[in-house]
Amino acid sequence: MLKILFDFKEGIIISLKAIKANKLRSFLTTIGIFIGIVAVTTMSTAIVGLEEAFKESLSAVGSDVLFIDKFEWFGQKDWRYYRNRKNITYDQYEALVEKYHKAAAIAPVERTFGRTVKYKEKSAQSTMIYGTNEQFEKTNGSIPQTGRYMTDIEVKASRRVCIIGSDIAELLFENEEAIGKEVKIDGVPLRVIGVFEKKGSGFLGMPSEDGQIVMPLKVFNRIFGTRRRVQIAVKVADVNKMEEAREEITEVMRIIRKVPPGKEADFSINQQDAIMDAYNATIGVVATAGIVITILSLFVGAIGIMNIMFVSVTERTREIGIRKAIGAKTWSILTQFLSEAAFICLIGGVLGVIASYFLSLVISKLLPTSMPVSIVVLSLFISVLVGLLSGFLPAYKASKMDPVEALRYE
Amino acid sequence: MNIINIENIAKIYEVGTEKVHALRDVSVKIDKNEYVAIMGPSGSGKSTLMNIVGCLDTPTQGLYDFAGENVSQMNDNELARIRNKQIGFVFQTFNLLPRSDALHNVELPLIYAGLSKALRRERAEEALENVGLQDRIHHKPNELSGGQRQRVAIARALVTKPSIILADEPTGNLDSKTGEDIMTLFDNIHSQGNTIILVTHEEYIAEHAERIVRLKDGLINQDEKVRKRIRKTSAQMESN
Repeated sequence: MLKILFDFKEGIIISLKAIKANKLRSFLTTIGIFIGIVAVTTMSTAIVGLEEAFKESLSAVGSDVLFIDKFEWFGQKDWRYYRNRKNITYDQYEALVEKYHKAAAIAPVERTFGRTVKYKEKSAQSTMIYGTNEQFEKTNGSIPQTGRYMTDIEVKASRRVCIIGSDIAELLFENEEAIGKEVKIDGVPLRVIGVFEKKGSGFLGMPSEDGQIVMPLKVFNRIFGTRRRVQIAVKVADVNKMEEAREEITEVMRIIRKVPPGKEADFSINQQDAIMDAYNATIGVVATAGIVITILSLFVGAIGIMNIMFVSVTERTREIGIRKAIGAKTWSILTQFLSEAAFICLIGGVLGVIASYFLSLVISKLLPTSMPVSIVVLSLFISVLVGLLSGFLPAYKASKMDPVEALRYE
Repeated sequence: MNIINIENIAKIYEVGTEKVHALRDVSVKIDKNEYVAIMGPSGSGKSTLMNIVGCLDTPTQGLYDFAGENVSQMNDNELARIRNKQIGFVFQTFNLLPRSDALHNVELPLIYAGLSKALRRERAEEALENVGLQDRIHHKPNELSGGQRQRVAIARALVTKPSIILADEPTGNLDSKTGEDIMTLFDNIHSQGNTIILVTHEEYIAEHAERIVRLKDGLINQDEKVRKRIRKTSAQMESN
């Protein structure tokens, strides 16, 4: 073992000299690997970033919540098929509450996007407005940081109260206290009773929870009308019994919506997992494409290394002859050229990682990411591996040279 | 005790379908501290014999016993070990590594012998001092004269304290004055107890040896002791 380390150390010293003697050539050779490593590192950083961003924007929605809706998230059928289903109504929500008792929380949700909220002269645009009940706090997972959530009495009595997202609070009130103030939506005044805690940016254009306003459903209907579809959010009591709950709710909803036995249900029960699955499928395609591109670029780089190593071996035939004559064993020559190839690649790898670091700074403006150490280690490992693989044939050729022939080489 | 014991070796190359007998049937024994010159015209097989004696190549037939070890059947790595420990090569074209300085060139065999860095350096410096290059240890081959290069090569050959020094036309690329200096160096090395085998086609170089083996057409044509004329020559040179 020690002998191997010794050979490697000597091999690296020798190869350093050779690289130094052929600076430009080594540098050009290493560009292939450089590009490959930049591809590996940037790709992985971007994928990790996408995943982080996605999870972050989903974390608020509990995985133990089922969403009953006429639309199916990532449904297989044409969008119009779902659109043509009958809306779920408020009455159906009430019927569900009456018939299904195992839920931890049930909330009817109507929403509208792109509304303007005003406070005195200031206004916040493109807000997402939810009309719902007091149980929305549990199904949605948005917790007020200051103030409080609305109560069931406020919901039943249709009080004009609202809880606003932190971005809206900052925009409208700046340093003022928001609680107790009146904001206006479509001219209707609402009293702010709470401000949600800050969640951070939404994922790739998804509306941020920091831009939302929650109010009692009846108040919402008074401002925006009653023709919207209702989505019913059900928080299941036992996370381990999601499938069971799903089946029971499907059964109850079929009865409520009078779906004849044997017929396909005219509603869908959605789960956050569906988003995750769809996301994983997408990212899978992206990752596969990325890996193929990366492997191709590394392969091209490897061919370059192999080519230049063959040239190097041929050029140094005489040197190989001298080394063999004075006692270099097959292994020593093999090690020398392998370390040279690995070292050239490692230089490319290090340069690639440095370049990728700067690229990741650019990416981090779009995605919440930084370059993980594991990817740095992986990239350097890959570059050395490429060096060893592509250097093997030339090194083997060198190690098997006949010393008599090699010494005679001009 | 013979260091080299060669018995009935032959070397046959196959060129296409034709068989070339580079060596037909050669037997030679060389003792410790002998000073032998191998001579012969080109095509006589002297290069082939030198390669076999130097363990760079193995004979097709026959037995080669080197210091009690049968090298005729050895594999590449075993031969490399013998070359590293037992044989010091000096070549016509010096064969130094061009990018390495004199010190590193001399250290090289010790690297392959697996010596520690400190020990390597100490022995390489000592070897360079012995050939009178203590002031040139950090010079690269292209910064040295031909004679100095050959001295570096000789230091490299001596540094492992080998059983034999094998010199192939060591003065072939040098002017006659420098060549004579190098031969004086060989004479001194011999007088210190080393065994030297000299391959040459120059009669006056061969005369430095104590014994001349002449090859012709792959056979030993003549194997005779040289009268001590050489001693006189070197004594004459010193008196000049």
